[in-house]
Amino acid sequence: MVRFINLTLAGITSGVVFAAVALALVLIWRSTRIVNFAQGGMLMFTTFLAWSVIDRGGSYWLALGVALASGLVLGAVIERVAVRPVENKPPLNAVIVTLGLFVLLQASAGMIWGDTPHSYPPAFTIKGLSVGGTRLLLSPFDLFVIGAVAAVMMLLTLLFVRTDLGLRLRASAFAPEIARLQGVRVGRMLTLGWALAALVGSLAGVLIAPSVFVGPAQFDSMLVFGFTAAVIGGLDSPAGAVVGGLLLGCALSYVSGYVSSDLVTFGALAALITVLMIRPSGLFTASTGRRV
Amino acid sequence: MGTVLNVLRRSTLARHTAAALAAIVALYFLTTAVGPYRDLQIAQAAYLTCAVAGLTVLTGLGGQISLGHGAFMAVGAYTAVLVIGHWGWPLAAVLAAAAGVTAVAGVVVGAVAARLHGPYLAGATLAFAVGLPGLANYKPLTDELGGQNGLTLVPPIPPAGLGETFPLERWQSWIACLGAVITLFLLGNLVRGRFGRTLRASRDDEIAAALSGVRVARLRITATVVSAAAAGLGGGLLAVVATLAAPGAFPLTLSLQLIAAIIIGGLGSLPGAVWGALILVYVPTWASDLSTSSGFSHNIASNLPLAIYGLVLIVVTLAFPRGLQGGLRDIGGAVRRRARKRRDPAPGPRASTSGPTTTHPGGADEATPDQAGARPDDRGDAGGRGERLRR
Repeated sequence: MVRFINLTLAGITSGVVFAAVALALVLIWRSTRIVNFAQGGMLMFTTFLAWSVIDRGGSYWLALGVALASGLVLGAVIERVAVRPVENKPPLNAVIVTLGLFVLLQASAGMIWGDTPHSYPPAFTIKGLSVGGTRLLLSPFDLFVIGAVAAVMMLLTLLFVRTDLGLRLRASAFAPEIARLQGVRVGRMLTLGWALAALVGSLAGVLIAPSVFVGPAQFDSMLVFGFTAAVIGGLDSPAGAVVGGLLLGCALSYVSGYVSSDLVTFGALAALITVLMIRPSGLFTASTGRRV
Repeated sequence: MGTVLNVLRRSTLARHTAAALAAIVALYFLTTAVGPYRDLQIAQAAYLTCAVAGLTVLTGLGGQISLGHGAFMAVGAYTAVLVIGHWGWPLAAVLAAAAGVTAVAGVVVGAVAARLHGPYLAGATLAFAVGLPGLANYKPLTDELGGQNGLTLVPPIPPAGLGETFPLERWQSWIACLGAVITLFLLGNLVRGRFGRTLRASRDDEIAAALSGVRVARLRITATVVSAAAAGLGGGLLAVVATLAAPGAFPLTLSLQLIAAIIIGGLGSLPGAVWGALILVYVPTWASDLSTSSGFSHNIASNLPLAIYGLVLIVVTLAFPRGLQGGLRDIGGAVRRRARKRRDPAPGPRASTSGPTTTHPGGADEATPDQAGARPDDRGDAGGRGERLRR
């Protein structure tokens, strides 16, 4: 029983990180109908920037700030330069361009920092808390991870629901033509949407870095996990992305604990295929008709 | 001479047979003229050609993207090594087994993929590419699959009839080149027939194709199986050439490189697949030469090819959507039109039949690779024939 609780706790911790990556994908999918396959590369790159701050003797918090800020900038630049021309084009074009970005980011990181993975320090101790004499698989750092993702999600919700800017962001995602007629600068809103998504992604990168290490190819599986979580949630729903992330995190934690930790990515593949076979548009979306 | 040309013009099979024989002769002279290092590179280009050609059929003609062809190659490579290790079959049977087992894997993936579209399909095959090589590290399978270090293979021994000093690399490149020529020959015939026609129809308009009696789901599964078999053969040849099958040889970037190759070569063009494979082999060589001559560090040298592929994927999709082969076709078409105009200024019946097909009726959507990919093939019947002979 303790083992089950421990695995669930570990699953929740990794699940919130998956949820953050999924949220980054969902934000972009909602506004531009593009799955950002470059997300894995983008969060890898910003995490590397944070790592070099720490490597030069900077504090953890400075590094986190650098990662988030560079995420914002990177997202905005990528949207303006590479993604804008393929918006509203056949989906295959966007898939290929984002894959190209992914490859380019991975290669640039390899050129700058080398291919060997580096360790990344956690913000707090990763020694598990004890409750009534049993040590749980939940450390202060895990609590920080959960808290950080929850805080960012809360802020994003406030931004989208309570502010004028959020209304404009939602309007340009929901009906770009009408929003433009109402005076919303839709292009600017799309850029901002990408920047916000990249910010969430870069947070996920820094939070997961202590357990996966920092290297050009270390975050490939994060993209798969994030995509799987987003698809479980239905790609269109931010709340679904969070639930999908938590479900996937727990499922993979059980796979890792009861079967083998080498089967985790394979488990994600199995989960993704199962969901796509049963409900190809995710668990949380109403079924829609296809226009002929 | 005239009758030979006539037969070639009329029969696709005869034309493809002639092209395959010519390719074999050319490759024979090429491989015997160069040293072992170049032979090895030719072998690499040949096995990559198999995989890229398979992906071209699926993505270029079928419109189904697959980021999982690196994983299919892994299946083929492991099958080849296991079959040789356990039963010691002759090489041809081993490679057939590699293609066959991968085709079975293709049935499974195809059944899933036939229901998916666009980004969902890309994500599912991405998960396949990332998840499958990890199986080699799974404890119960490590004895069988060799874990992270993979499995080694005894290199094939050149037949004694070729002489004592016959280099191994040349023998390997002969095997790989023969595999590539056979793959291209079979795929070339396949896509010129009913299969290719219905596949293109289902890509261009799935619903219209279904209404016309094409069973789209079944067709897509078949396309995935064919494509997987080609990639599996490519993987089997990789195992024979590299004498190794290890998870590190099939990273996600391998699948992405194959995508880059079909984009560079031009979506949907089998000759383009050869171009793409050649570029995948020669860009890394060129990058390492460049790095040694200009004194770049090892990090830059080893990552430069990837950076180039990434840039090329972006730039080609944004600016030059028909790829290298498409560009060559455009140039060839322009030259031919000019020559024809000079020959008969009054438009004869021949010029008028090829006129509308060469002037791109759907010019408005020029910048879309999946539609642009259609054009070279759809044009192939009227305008492309003479050009194909010339090649």
